[in-house]
Amino acid sequence: MVRFENVGLRYGLGPEILRDLSFLIPAHSFQFLTGPSGAGKTSLLKLLFLSLRPTRGLVNLFGHDVSLLSKDQIADLRKRIGIVLQDFRLLDHMTTYENVSLPFRVIGRDESSYRKEVIDLLKWVGLGERMDALPPILSGGEKQRAAIARAVISRPQLLLADEPTGNVDPTLGRRLLRLFIELNRSGTAVVIATHDMTLMDQYDARRLVLHQGRLHIYE
Amino acid sequence: MSRSDDQLGPLVDLGRERPQVPARARNMSPIVPRGSISGSALVAVVAIMTFLASITTGTVLLVSASAAEWQSEVASEITVQVRPAPGRDLDRDAAAVADAVRAQSGIVDVRQFTREESAKLLEPWLGSGLSLEDLPVPRVLVARVQPGSAVDLEALRRRVTQAAPTASVDDHRAWIERMRSMTGATVVAGLAILVLVIVATIISVSFATRGAMAANRPIVEVLHFVGAGDRFIANRFLRHFLRLGLEGGVIGGGIAMLVFGFSESIANWFSGTPVGDQFAALLGTFSLRPSGYLMLAVQAVVIAAITAWASRRTLLATLDDIE
Repeated sequence: MVRFENVGLRYGLGPEILRDLSFLIPAHSFQFLTGPSGAGKTSLLKLLFLSLRPTRGLVNLFGHDVSLLSKDQIADLRKRIGIVLQDFRLLDHMTTYENVSLPFRVIGRDESSYRKEVIDLLKWVGLGERMDALPPILSGGEKQRAAIARAVISRPQLLLADEPTGNVDPTLGRRLLRLFIELNRSGTAVVIATHDMTLMDQYDARRLVLHQGRLHIYE
Repeated sequence: MSRSDDQLGPLVDLGRERPQVPARARNMSPIVPRGSISGSALVAVVAIMTFLASITTGTVLLVSASAAEWQSEVASEITVQVRPAPGRDLDRDAAAVADAVRAQSGIVDVRQFTREESAKLLEPWLGSGLSLEDLPVPRVLVARVQPGSAVDLEALRRRVTQAAPTASVDDHRAWIERMRSMTGATVVAGLAILVLVIVATIISVSFATRGAMAANRPIVEVLHFVGAGDRFIANRFLRHFLRLGLEGGVIGGGIAMLVFGFSESIANWFSGTPVGDQFAALLGTFSLRPSGYLMLAVQAVVIAAITAWASRRTLLATLDDIE
């Protein structure tokens, strides 16, 4: 599904922050991406999400060499990827329900065809009572759950999550992890970037450890 | 592409937590909030531009129509002047010339200006109470040409000179040529102003679009995250700009039409004043024909379309820079 070969990344003329990354993310796989702060986890997620291009090496996503993709092709590939970022990126003028259903609106689905699915998912992540609330009045944890719901609602083939349990209590953290596991069982490849050891200890999965720009894989 | 429910079943099983009430249809917020685009300034700019363009077009139409009217009126007349000369009877010469002109084919009517009428013509320069007996004032005859027929001017000149050697024929050709070039210059100037107005509109709209895109950058980024293509995003913004352009076009074009609609009344207020009389002489009744109003309406729609086009162009260019 995802293949990196000798990938390097630098910002501008600065030092290379990711060096010689070579790894595979198979379909239906589950992995944690971890490493100390500043190790480049978010940059690697951005490479996987195609919002950054590598400065060297080959990135192959869903069978496509990303260096050859047009903007329209990138948009099409992103429809197959869900992402949860640390800063949530919710639209402040839309309710929680509308934020979560945004991926469906973008592909032009009728509201009645996804309404039940969105409401069920919002209930699952504990936002059933906050469906009509606007993001500015949501707490950090609520925003995070809304962002997760938006990322998983269209059942992407690849889910990327950057510290998805960073702002929630341990009970809800376990519940969200269960959601990711369920999603993985139904066929989604999951990459969770975290340095929460407790979270990683709850599920036996492959670990990709970034250290000083290099990647070490523990199967 | 994401997979369908049929293949996978529900994403989450809520069990007893499943909502018992059926979900209601929701009125979804627009993806790009209307208030996030500072529209009033853009509407004002488009309205002013459309107003200026409409006034320019309307004035060009009025001048062209009036000039065409003058030209046809003047071209259907020939003026003959009989100058006094020592040893000649001016009245007899004038009568002979009138007979000679009347005999020319293509002339339907000849009118000889009386002494009093000639005195009236000279009144603005020489004052009233003028005695033409004391002055060598030429006599003027105006001949009306049959519409659609061409008068042989050389033959007429020969005929007139035979009747009175001091007579001369003026077919107003030089004046008509001057009129034609003046009208042409007015139309060219009008078109140049229109082009400038349109260019200024495009530049203003481009700046407004860039501003709106900068203000809405987070929305664009999120839309990119959920897989929206540039075309999808541009279309969401474009609706706002098309609406703003149409609003501006309707306001500017509407006010311009009202101005032309009331122009007759406005011209009446100024009638009798030197300015009013000059305008009346130049532009006639100052009223626009129905085809002129139609042209102004079409122009307002064209400016709205140009606004949308300029906005789309800028949107797509700006989206290229946002990842």
